[in-house]
Amino acid sequence: MGLDRSATERYFDWLGGLVRGDLGNSAAGYAQGGELPIWNDVKWKIRNSLVLAGITTLVMVPLALLLGVVSALRAGRPTDHAISVGSLAVISLPEFVIGSLLILVFFAWLDVLPPVSLIAPDVNPLSEPSKLVLPVLTLLGVTTAASIRMVRAGMVEVLGTGYVQMARLNGFRERLVVWRYAIRNALAPSVQVFTQNIQFLIGGIIVTEFLFSYPGLGKELVDAVNIRDVREVQSLAMFIAAVYIFLNLVADLIVVLLVPKLRTSA
Amino acid sequence: MSAAAHAAESLRERFRFLGTATGAIGFFLLLLVLAIAALGPFFAPHSPTEPIGVPFERPSAEAPLGYDVLGRDVLSRVLWGGRSVLALAGLATLLAYAAGGLAGLVAGYSRSLVDPIIMRGADVLISFPALLFILVLITGAGTSKAALVAGVAIVQAPLVARILRTATLEQSVRGFVEAAVARGEGTFAVLRREILPNVVSPIAADFGLRFTYSVILVASVNFFGLGLQPPDADWALIISENRDGLTLNPWVILVPAGLIATLTISLNLLGDSVARALGRSRAGVLA
Repeated sequence: MGLDRSATERYFDWLGGLVRGDLGNSAAGYAQGGELPIWNDVKWKIRNSLVLAGITTLVMVPLALLLGVVSALRAGRPTDHAISVGSLAVISLPEFVIGSLLILVFFAWLDVLPPVSLIAPDVNPLSEPSKLVLPVLTLLGVTTAASIRMVRAGMVEVLGTGYVQMARLNGFRERLVVWRYAIRNALAPSVQVFTQNIQFLIGGIIVTEFLFSYPGLGKELVDAVNIRDVREVQSLAMFIAAVYIFLNLVADLIVVLLVPKLRTSA
Repeated sequence: MSAAAHAAESLRERFRFLGTATGAIGFFLLLLVLAIAALGPFFAPHSPTEPIGVPFERPSAEAPLGYDVLGRDVLSRVLWGGRSVLALAGLATLLAYAAGGLAGLVAGYSRSLVDPIIMRGADVLISFPALLFILVLITGAGTSKAALVAGVAIVQAPLVARILRTATLEQSVRGFVEAAVARGEGTFAVLRREILPNVVSPIAADFGLRFTYSVILVASVNFFGLGLQPPDADWALIISENRDGLTLNPWVILVPAGLIATLTISLNLLGDSVARALGRSRAGVLA
């Protein structure tokens, strides 16, 4: 473990390894008498977590856009109230509460979906879709609810502007006005929302994977914290934080691409 | 207008949020959960830690919600289990307001290098996923109530600081602040007597949201088994330790999950209506 060297030396050794993709060895490995590279242990779990996050995002984005826009178009009417209060309620729920209630409904009562999502190391989670349904539904809750509220807020504001009215006066079909003119600028304040959603997604994945015993990065992290494997926790935390910052950057760029207004402002 | 009528008017103004449907619903649901958490232990029929029945036995006259994984009375554990989450989340929120509030006031009022130094520090803290931060802290500090409360407070404080900095900045250019400075009042007196009373409404508008977020974080960490330890009775811990008995006695999951849900939903509904009553639109996003 290099305990004969100074703390600074060991720190730079760790940091140097980290930027080259070497997450170090877990304390659990030393306890078993050998070296157990963390990377070997987690690379398939990273893939599993990415699958979970990817599917959630693919379902969440269109769903949030649709419900947010519908809510904004019906602002003040019963549909809008239902969507607004519903999303406010869902946003307040911790993921493990949503997940536990879903297990109760879909496993204990209906018995149609499995309550745990154990997946063998060499199996692609996509080949066992039934095990992905409940974790994805759990993750969808908070992220979608938060996005709906932001899309609605942006849309309500944009629908009141002059250029939308102008487009309507020009006789463009409502669908064209909404989806080509209004939506782009309605997404302008979404930079923070995307960022926030990634934050929710990472927190949510940690909780959801633990709840469903889904072999991913989040479950691995909680297990490592539970056995006080500091070496593994610090490497995983660094890795997750790096992914988080990278995704934030990507999200910022995507929003700039989508919203013409943001392209010119320095 | 008489003084009494004026007082009544200002009281009505202050509780205007109760007039809305969401405000009233949120308020009464919150009262209900608070009553269960605070008064529950006095009504618990059995000890929350003493095994008295067959594990996961379904509800009976003796135990209206059945028994848990160790054969303890679920009703008694649920009645005992609300205090911890409310106390820990409440304490963490207050600490976050104390630390973040002070930092925000100072940053907003300073007009010097202090401001960017504090706020960039806050940015760094915010840029780290909340739950991840708390987990790393617990790995280093060990599982304890203190670590949990400190973790949640540290995660929330920079968010409070941001809001208060903006509000303070807005107030600090007002005439009455300049007058106070011209009178020769000290910085502390200006902050406390001139600025603080005027930044109460952004604090109030945000408080429900912050408290909800604290409850969610505290409950999630307890659910991981990294906060409170068995045999403590805590709603999140009850859900966590009884997951295997879900099909045998669903009540042991359903009731504590329902109570946590009611607590967070009512807090958020109430917070939202307070924010609206104060004329601040809020998208209802946690962070």
